[in-house]
Amino acid sequence: MSSQPKAVALISGGLDSMLAAKLVMNQGVHVEGLNFYTGFCVEGHTHAIRKQDQNKPKRNNALWVAEQLGIKLHIVDVTEPYKDIVINPKHGYGANLNPCLDCKGFMVQKAYEWIQKHDFDFIITGEVMGQRPMSQRKNTLPVVQKESGAGDLLVRPLCAKLLPPTRPEQEGWLEREQLLDLSGRSRKPQMALAAKFGFEDYAQPAGGCCFLTDQAYSQKLADLWQARGSRDYELDDIMLLKVGRHLRPKQHFKIIISREEGETRFLEGYRKQFVNLITISHGGPLALIDGEVNEDDIQLAAQLVARYSQGRSAAQVDVEVKYMDGSAKVLHVQPLSPNDIPEQWHI
Amino acid sequence: MSEYIVDATRLLCPLPVIRTQNKAEELVKGDVIRVICTDPGATNDIPAWCRINGHKVLDINTVDNEITITIEVGGLG
Repeated sequence: MSSQPKAVALISGGLDSMLAAKLVMNQGVHVEGLNFYTGFCVEGHTHAIRKQDQNKPKRNNALWVAEQLGIKLHIVDVTEPYKDIVINPKHGYGANLNPCLDCKGFMVQKAYEWIQKHDFDFIITGEVMGQRPMSQRKNTLPVVQKESGAGDLLVRPLCAKLLPPTRPEQEGWLEREQLLDLSGRSRKPQMALAAKFGFEDYAQPAGGCCFLTDQAYSQKLADLWQARGSRDYELDDIMLLKVGRHLRPKQHFKIIISREEGETRFLEGYRKQFVNLITISHGGPLALIDGEVNEDDIQLAAQLVARYSQGRSAAQVDVEVKYMDGSAKVLHVQPLSPNDIPEQWHI
Repeated sequence: MSEYIVDATRLLCPLPVIRTQNKAEELVKGDVIRVICTDPGATNDIPAWCRINGHKVLDINTVDNEITITIEVGGLG
């Protein structure tokens, strides 16, 4: 080890990891940040897509936290290896398709690989005992430590005093007395600590940073797996689950219909990968068809798209269909009425 | 000094940042990267990433929905 200990902090962009890093920095440790991109991160995506959200601040909270702390941040794309965590979580899912315990173990494992490669000494996380029902319980904190391989090189500064001493404490790189003993779901101690450190602006308490904790999103992912007959996905799949209205009129195909201009613009980027439809006689959405379809299916899809266009009350709407081979045709269809669209079509 | 292009069109943040970061790691101080992207969030995120990692934003140019962010790789990359 060099004269100054070096730690890497898992920075989610929330308050806890910010405080954990700060506590360790205050002990003279060189700290850099690590942030993992899983593909399910809520961070900015819907803001970037939806026009109505584009006036909201678009900062990336992990970058912002790193800037407040004055540390470097390394963002690592883990979308490929993360698939196994989502598809086969050893410890199962939470309330939705959120594999929180496996996820935490995976991220700490990746951080452990990172410190070995970059010659850092230990890892910091912002975990608080008892704060999360799955990954931050007294009996699951040691699971993360063990399964990640990080062992006693994993320090949780916010609740360290409630846990056995780690190697950085034993070696004297950190003073245990300056670490904390926070537990439970109350945010008041963290808010008080933030005020003490002069952090006036920070992201709201974590939990909403992953789409897999969202019920509606998880339903769409489960539907995707069921329809395909396999629990797998590509990055484009999980990006598209974040966008538009999803309807499945038949088991073998679904339609993704944009809800506003920003979503239409985003879906345009996928027009070469999907059979797609757009109303041309009236203003309306762009729709992608996901699945193998025949002409009857396309006719039904066109009527459905017409239903969500400005021509929904018209006797006839013209819908342009574009195929993946570049060919196109125009269908003249009667829009479906709301009564023609069963509730179960909506995913 | 050499110039490089990173095509991050259609990618949503933080992927444009990640692509830029990964390119910068291959380069040396003074090299220039032109990042082409379509996510308006990149106009905040890439400059923030540059500030904390010691790189310099030379220009941000938006034409229609396409944004080109030109950065000079710093010594801390």
